Amino acid sequence: MSLLWGRRILAGAMTLVAAAAMTACGSKTSDEGGAAGVTADVSGDTVKVGLLNSLSGTMAISEVTVRDSIMLAVEEINAAGGVLGKKIQPVGEDGASDWPTFAEKAEKLISEDRVAAVFGCWTSASRKAVKPVFEKNKALLFYPVQYEGLEQSPYIFYTGATTNQQIVPGLDYLKAQGTKSVYLVGSDYVFPRTANKIIKAYAAANGMTVVGEDYAPLGSTEFGTIVNKVKSSGANAVFNTLNGDSNVAFFKEYKSAGLTAAAMPVVSVSIAEEEVKGIGTQYLEGQLTAWNYYQTTPGAANSKFVAAYKAKYGADKPTSDPMEAAYVSVHLWKAMVEKAGAFDVEKVRGASDGITFDAPEGLVTVDGKTQHIAKTARIGKIGADGLITEVWNSGKPVAPDPYLRTYPWASGLS
Amino acid sequence: MTVLFGQLFTGISIGAVLLLIALGLALSFGQMNVINMAHGEFIMAGAYTTYVLQQSITGAGLSLLVALPVAFVVAGTMGVLLEILLIRRLYARPLDTLLVTWGVSLMLQQLARDIFGSPNVQTRAPDLLTGNVAVPGGLTVANNRLFILALALAAVAALTLALRLTPLGRRIRAVVQNRDLAAVSGIPTARVDRTTFFLGSGLAGLAGVALTLLGPIGPTMGTNLIIDAFLVVVVGGIGQLKGSVIVAFALGVLQATGEYLTTLSVAKVIVFVAIVAFLQWRPQGLFTLRTRSLA
Repeated sequence: MSLLWGRRILAGAMTLVAAAAMTACGSKTSDEGGAAGVTADVSGDTVKVGLLNSLSGTMAISEVTVRDSIMLAVEEINAAGGVLGKKIQPVGEDGASDWPTFAEKAEKLISEDRVAAVFGCWTSASRKAVKPVFEKNKALLFYPVQYEGLEQSPYIFYTGATTNQQIVPGLDYLKAQGTKSVYLVGSDYVFPRTANKIIKAYAAANGMTVVGEDYAPLGSTEFGTIVNKVKSSGANAVFNTLNGDSNVAFFKEYKSAGLTAAAMPVVSVSIAEEEVKGIGTQYLEGQLTAWNYYQTTPGAANSKFVAAYKAKYGADKPTSDPMEAAYVSVHLWKAMVEKAGAFDVEKVRGASDGITFDAPEGLVTVDGKTQHIAKTARIGKIGADGLITEVWNSGKPVAPDPYLRTYPWASGLS
Repeated sequence: MTVLFGQLFTGISIGAVLLLIALGLALSFGQMNVINMAHGEFIMAGAYTTYVLQQSITGAGLSLLVALPVAFVVAGTMGVLLEILLIRRLYARPLDTLLVTWGVSLMLQQLARDIFGSPNVQTRAPDLLTGNVAVPGGLTVANNRLFILALALAAVAALTLALRLTPLGRRIRAVVQNRDLAAVSGIPTARVDRTTFFLGSGLAGLAGVALTLLGPIGPTMGTNLIIDAFLVVVVGGIGQLKGSVIVAFALGVLQATGEYLTTLSVAKVIVFVAIVAFLQWRPQGLFTLRTRSLA
């Protein structure tokens, strides 16, 4: 099943041992070649871009799907003549689910391969590991996964949702449904804790009560007690920021305890189409998810994307939100480069504001100031066929606000 | 009060899961002193067996019932192969065994990825086992938990009877108590070891089937379980089963109580601290096997 943000890292002592060994090897990140502003090599008739995803280790499950959709976008662009007349030559590196390795490979892509841009990373931990590398070299990273916000690097474009494009709309939806009390369940690390801080601030300002809050260590699969607590709390709904295998155990327990989507719906922010397959529709039917894209999202752009993806990788492969955001990121970069008329990083950044793309999720617009993109927020219901169908959307793209500055109730956060 | 009973039952059911995953290990580690890090992957094999059987057997209930014996044989056979190919050559070299079986566990995980893919797979639980029953006092008890409790107790009972009453059980006990004396008395210790390993691994397969009702079914599911399983056996004491049984339920109730009063993370800490303190006091575990063996 797909994992978001470095889940299951602490799966067990053996994983720890392995991780320690890998860290020991991977931490020799070279600082040489770090002359500020290594310029991309665009002298030939091709332009290199870096693809930095985990193809091995615990995150490979998720990141391989992102790599696949990036490759799809690259092929499409090349088939249509490339970027500024140059064919894209992808250079793939394996981040190996190990954050120092990500930093090392990022350095290699920038300094040795001299790529024009890098697409990849999934966990916030890997993004934070490569951020200084990109900033030091003044190179570009396109990051395709929704995350906890509160970040704005000049050398990263964030094409996944920030909190006000996923979590806040999820809460708005619950509020509109008359939800008065929520129970928060999450994995024990930065994303759920940050998300729950935001949820509590929202609840306080919007007349909702948070009746309970529980965290499970990543990889935890014993949810008897938490579900008992949720059940006896009498909450109207559950806001779920669990990651990975914990979701499987949580939903199985939830159903066994007699809790249903009708009586106490669960809104999840890390269960996409791929995860639904791994948990089982028997346990998930009727539950809610908050994303910007579903495989079932209507529109010609999405039909084309889904058809192309399935034709290339297999009819049984679902498309999901992070995959779509990764696919979009390549097309956005192309549009930025063409508007700038050059591959130069500063020129590309300068040209980014207002770039639009008719994405599978609908029209997206780059906000040059935050380097996030305006996206339509969606709430979906999981169906018996394992697909997610939209029950609500924000009507128009939501402007990104990574620091939640436009929300008065969020003033105490950050 | 309802919550208290609910928590007590949760604790007992956590204990039942611990018992089920540790029982096979109590046999192979406890009886043979073999540290088998691939035990978790035998559990995984049991879970995948359920998944594979469900592809051909449509009824969820029937496929689960068929999966129990099939998974026992599948995991048991894998165990025997491991014993014949590797472990037998490494007896009395515990560290080597540990490393080799860890390597095997990584290989089995990769094998599972190659065969079934990295993402988790799903099995359908029979409707009967996804519901719950109400017991007097406003308490509900999940059916899948009851099933696992029953399965764990049945496995313990069957194993205890087999060890006490059958000729094989007598031989296993003899080898555990004094391997050399058993050998000179004409007991084929190598064959007894192999059979013990078959039973221990088979029990892991059984646990795998039961766990499809509770948790994820994926290539890495075993690594999440192996630590807990070893804890139960080590604290319970090596060489007999009753220690593991008592410790599994004690840890389950401690975990559930700690978790209810604090949080899941803190409860895990409480459990670990309790285990460390206990082992300081009784390094040999809850029960020890008294033998006249010199070793």
